[in-house]
Amino acid sequence: MIREFDTVIVGAGGAGLYAALEVATAPNTPRTAVVSKLFPMRSHTGAAQGGIGAALGNVEEDKPEWHAFDTVKGGDYLVDQRAAILLAEDAVRAVYDLEHRGLPFNRTAQGRIDQRRFGGHTRNFGEAPAFRSCYSADRTGHMILQTLYQQCIRSNVAFFNEFYLVDILLDSRRCSGIVAYEMATGELHVFHASAVLIATGGFGRMFRTTSNAHSNTGDGPAVLARRGVPLQDMEFFQFHPTGIRGMGILISEAVRGEGGILRNRGNERFMERYAPGLLDLAPRDMIARAIVEEIRAGRGITGTGDGADYVHLDATGLGRETVEKKLPDIADFCKTYQGIDPVQSPIPVQPTAHYAMGGIPTDLDCRVLADGEGNVYEGLYAAGEAACVSVHGANRLGTNSLVDLVVFGRRAGQHMAEFCSGADRAGLAPHSDRRSHEDICRLMKPGRKTSVRSIRDKVQAVMMESVGIFRTASGIRKAIADLRVLESEWQSVRVNDRNRMFNTELMEALEQKNLLDIARITAECALRREESRGAHAREDFPLRNDERFLHHSLAWFDEGGIRTATRPVDLSRWQPMPRKY
Amino acid sequence: MKLTFIIQRYNPEVDRQPHHERYEIEAEPNERVLEVLLRIKDTLDRSLSIRRSCGHGVCGSDAMLINGVERLACKTLIKNVVEIEGAVVLITPLRSMPIQRDLYVDQERFFKKYRAVKPFFIAAGLAPEKEFVQSPDSRSAFDDPTKCILCAACYSACPVVAGKRPDFAGPAAIINAARFILDSRDQGPEQRMEALDNNDGVWGCENHFDCTRVCPRGIKVTKAINQTKRSITLYKSGKGRDEIV
Repeated sequence: MIREFDTVIVGAGGAGLYAALEVATAPNTPRTAVVSKLFPMRSHTGAAQGGIGAALGNVEEDKPEWHAFDTVKGGDYLVDQRAAILLAEDAVRAVYDLEHRGLPFNRTAQGRIDQRRFGGHTRNFGEAPAFRSCYSADRTGHMILQTLYQQCIRSNVAFFNEFYLVDILLDSRRCSGIVAYEMATGELHVFHASAVLIATGGFGRMFRTTSNAHSNTGDGPAVLARRGVPLQDMEFFQFHPTGIRGMGILISEAVRGEGGILRNRGNERFMERYAPGLLDLAPRDMIARAIVEEIRAGRGITGTGDGADYVHLDATGLGRETVEKKLPDIADFCKTYQGIDPVQSPIPVQPTAHYAMGGIPTDLDCRVLADGEGNVYEGLYAAGEAACVSVHGANRLGTNSLVDLVVFGRRAGQHMAEFCSGADRAGLAPHSDRRSHEDICRLMKPGRKTSVRSIRDKVQAVMMESVGIFRTASGIRKAIADLRVLESEWQSVRVNDRNRMFNTELMEALEQKNLLDIARITAECALRREESRGAHAREDFPLRNDERFLHHSLAWFDEGGIRTATRPVDLSRWQPMPRKY
Repeated sequence: MKLTFIIQRYNPEVDRQPHHERYEIEAEPNERVLEVLLRIKDTLDRSLSIRRSCGHGVCGSDAMLINGVERLACKTLIKNVVEIEGAVVLITPLRSMPIQRDLYVDQERFFKKYRAVKPFFIAAGLAPEKEFVQSPDSRSAFDDPTKCILCAACYSACPVVAGKRPDFAGPAAIINAARFILDSRDQGPEQRMEALDNNDGVWGCENHFDCTRVCPRGIKVTKAINQTKRSITLYKSGKGRDEIV
């Protein structure tokens, strides 16, 4: 079935929903469809806990310029600096806008939006921690998602729920729509549109231990990559330092923002040795590495130094009132999953795969880039975690993801609406759903040889082992070889379930192919970057090397292999300095 | 420990009606029920259809009946539902919603009732340059209903929805309206009256407390519904916006 729209938004998290609101209220009232493989309120934005960063200055003086600088430094100077400035400046407007739409922020005694400290955020270019994170209990993401969804109801946004993206329609750099698989019926739908926004989120599920939802399978980036769109900075994947031991479930940085302290086997505040300035509020990649190094040195809590070892996040000094008012959901996770009360006992934590800094490259207007020379696709946009503007560079600061969603989600919506008012839909090629149809038919052919699960387990193990927090050339090369084998095994994957209606086995197979493709690109880019920067830590190249590697990396699928190139970083405002805290 | 899971199955393309299937599976006491279900799916029956996403109780996808009680499968540990080796765990879909396939239920009506109460912020006039001022106490007044993740456990557990009044708005819709009625910044109680002030609105609630009992977020649902009843009564008797909170 072919459906006609002006704009199609794929993904109903914070970026997609904000874009939808912007388009819904644009003067030319473009006809919009929001297409999501979930129901909107199930999107992973709802799992974000700590806060949304904006220089409101409600607790102490603050400036967007300081926020932008912290973002650039936090990203180890791979951040495009005008993007960071735009993010920090627009963050203020965005937070007030969310509040005007009803977002229930926590309040200061004076009735203003309350703000708390967060990792990497400082006042006056690194002088001391800044109170910049605007928060709503410890479920800021849930509140943002709910508020935006409520506003979409108010604006009568049209949703296509449980429609799964399977292809993007691109011809000579012009996008004419998407193909989506309807879970309820098994039918393929072509959404013919002038402008498409990809806001499908991240891909943490390529790692064994992750904070990410099962649904975070990188559908947007993988679908686009298979159609020749480059991906950028894929080697940069953030491991959040504090996931619940053994489970990966996120324990927000907000615990440390409120005074929580990481301790090793000797009850030592070990961050004193790694980041004497910001201590437990240093950037996440630094803390994740510090934890691994403590564990390797035999100072983890069990002392075994293996994958089961962990450290303690000590929130016992915060007091019951702070925990109940500001960290209630986290207390609930600790109680539900570990049987502990964080006011009484330290929380056992390990790093967990958390956030993709890399993704679909865009310009500041969210238009997808076709190469390293600034050429763009017409009618194709990306925003949120699936995109790479780049506003997070080599490492993302906490609270900057929620800002990213609302700032760039809105920009994408504005630009898409403008684009539509001037452009006709590009023509649809005949049988535009043919490749999708073939892919699905092949998976449903009889004769199961390889299970999706075996591929899934191997990808997760290989990536966690060799393309995780610490990497080496030999480890990555082995990972690349293993992934190549899995790629060829993919041809013999079959799905048992023959249903057309609600075939979850089929959808999970398609998701796993996306994760496999993304893993291959990630490993390739990790091999090429022979330096350590931000979240990408090479034990064989432990230093940052601005002379050779101060650039974005681009990667394409090309004739069965992967081709790479580079792109300059916008360094127009601040000169790169050593990243010390 | 070895356990037996009895799961209600229904394949609309093959079955005339739902039926139960038994699965023998190993499980650890600290595992989430969701993990065990996904392992059954992986190793025993790949056609088993379950909605799931976050895996830690914040998205609301995997609400279902576990041993006859509405719970989130990812927030329920095996040791919460069984005690001994060889025990049986019964898994069935949410009630009062048509079954689509296995544990997938059609939530269209649930969401329609939710939308009907206008569950969005309604301001009066222009927004201030910065934030609306709201005291910490005023913020606390509506904190509880903000936790709702629209998982529909309460709706499934509600005997009014299930029995005498199928058009009853249901607990989730009402508390999502309460979230705004109790929010000092919102100016829209009038717009919500039509959906709430009738026998399928708040007055349909009979204080069974099943919603409160099952809410996986620990929201005091019945209390919020009764606060809404009080607010509506005050509003109709001519009280101003600030006096009905």
